[in-house]
Amino acid sequence: MPEITREQVAHLARLSRLALDDAELDGLASQLQVILGAVEQISEVADAAGVPPTTHAVPVENVHRPDVVTPSLDRDAVLAGAPAAEDGRFRVPRILDAE
Amino acid sequence: MSAGPGPAAGTDLTRLSAADTAAAVASGQASAVEVARAHLDRIAAVDGAVHAFLHVDAGGALAQAAAVDAAVADRDARTGPLAGVPLAMKDVIVTRGVPTTAGSRILEGWRPPYDATVATRLREAGVVVLGKTNMDEFAMGSSTEHSAYGPTSNPWDLTRIPGGSGGGSAAAVAAYEAPLAVGTDTGGSIRQPAAVTGTVGVKPTYGGVSRYGLIAFSSSLDQAGPCARTVLDAALLHEAMAGHDPRDSTSIDAPVPPVVAAARRADVSGLRVGVVRELGGEGYESGVQERFDEAVALLQELGATVSEVSCPHFGYALPAYYLIAPSEASSNLARFDSVRYGLRVGDDGDRSLEDVMSLTRAAGFGPEVKRRIVLGTFALSSGYYDAYYGQAQKVRTLITRDFTSAFESVDVLVSPASPGVAFPIGAKVDDPLAMYRQDLATIPSNLYGGPAMSLPVGLSEGLPVGLQVMAPTMRDDLLYLVGGALEAALHDRWGGDLLSRAPKLEV
Repeated sequence: MPEITREQVAHLARLSRLALDDAELDGLASQLQVILGAVEQISEVADAAGVPPTTHAVPVENVHRPDVVTPSLDRDAVLAGAPAAEDGRFRVPRILDAE
Repeated sequence: MSAGPGPAAGTDLTRLSAADTAAAVASGQASAVEVARAHLDRIAAVDGAVHAFLHVDAGGALAQAAAVDAAVADRDARTGPLAGVPLAMKDVIVTRGVPTTAGSRILEGWRPPYDATVATRLREAGVVVLGKTNMDEFAMGSSTEHSAYGPTSNPWDLTRIPGGSGGGSAAAVAAYEAPLAVGTDTGGSIRQPAAVTGTVGVKPTYGGVSRYGLIAFSSSLDQAGPCARTVLDAALLHEAMAGHDPRDSTSIDAPVPPVVAAARRADVSGLRVGVVRELGGEGYESGVQERFDEAVALLQELGATVSEVSCPHFGYALPAYYLIAPSEASSNLARFDSVRYGLRVGDDGDRSLEDVMSLTRAAGFGPEVKRRIVLGTFALSSGYYDAYYGQAQKVRTLITRDFTSAFESVDVLVSPASPGVAFPIGAKVDDPLAMYRQDLATIPSNLYGGPAMSLPVGLSEGLPVGLQVMAPTMRDDLLYLVGGALEAALHDRWGGDLLSRAPKLEV
């Protein structure tokens, strides 16, 4: 079983866009270690080799519908739920590095 | 008031079943507005202690009830079998204009611009939605303690948990705040709360009820279903919610199984019932095991053929689930990006979008949600994917094969629904593994996709015990056939239902 380090949790938190503080990073490192220790037994299932994975409970595939225009949500109603909106659009913080 | 059977003057309308409430409204013996008011009054009286609701929509409920009364008065208008019946909606189902939080700070104050298909169908059926119920944040938990808005209490003992994640829905039904509630079940979130509150809860076949407007936790497992006080009431709600929805590409395009007819038939003679060897014994409280064994003996007395069945991979269902569900959650919860809805933290005009997003998610998600996002991100990451997520998906196939092979020799499988009775609030909240083990018996059906029910079969230490019935996919009717028969026999034995033995809430 891999050892979960604080650095590794910090990396996972970055990937997950979670600004965790030091106490949270330490706590999660030890908790993940315990949880992974418990789920590790899944590797014992030897007869899983060669078995196809199940990605979905019901085998539904290639669901099509007619290519017809239907009404979509009202723009202002959607923007009313946004934390910030401007000129009929979602307003976001800067997405490019400041020069 | 017209003559004939129905609630007499002075009847407490909150004690009626959904079926009887609908009959009273349809016949004019009670108005939908009277029924709604009685439930709103009950909520006002007891919910301070129970905390089943996150939001009560009195205005919306009374307006919908008045519309039902107008339809009843208009002889040309048709009303459905649940018209005028109040219902509590789990707060993970989006409702237009009504606050929807999924138990999370990150969605505090959000009023969705649309209705989930489930909400639309119930409104069209004349169901009166009283409000939104408490839950573990994003449905991650087995006790409702992981709600950002505080825990819900079990009406049987206010110091104990009502199960989770749908503890609010189960508690609302058990406390007579609503005869019906909608829950969602990803690993047991309808059935385990039903078990520990002495109510009936059903996870329909995956794809049986539309997921459109259900805030996603684990998309390959999430399924909405009914919570009720009787098997017939659960069937009526099941039928009203279910059916194909073009807006959910995973919804099954086939007729809804005849669940109401099965609940009314309630006959197990000649039915082959399999007791799952791997779901019982060690890890299950002895009182739970005893009530379960007695109920199985009762099924035999009622004419069912009982045998023991082995499902050898069920022991791996818990670890498979705790890899698959967090993996899907880590992806699904990426939508909470501080841009389109909900919270935004740290937008000082200087910080980048990425920093604002990370600060918002750290402030808006609670500890269990963070734990699962990080766990899922780990299980999906390069180098670990095959050993964790990939292996879990293969084990999921083996669990499905255990079900299909069992269903070659029996019609339904049974087990205890929960390994224990309701535990004290706070007892397991800091021990994730102990909390995860509450779902030992319920998870296999989610991984397989088949339907499953929990119904009350007695008390242990004065607290309710649930029995789980599991059926093949799209044979949801079999749950109601067994549940209906068992419920009728138990009510005969007890001289009433289990909930009537619950301590009275101080009002």
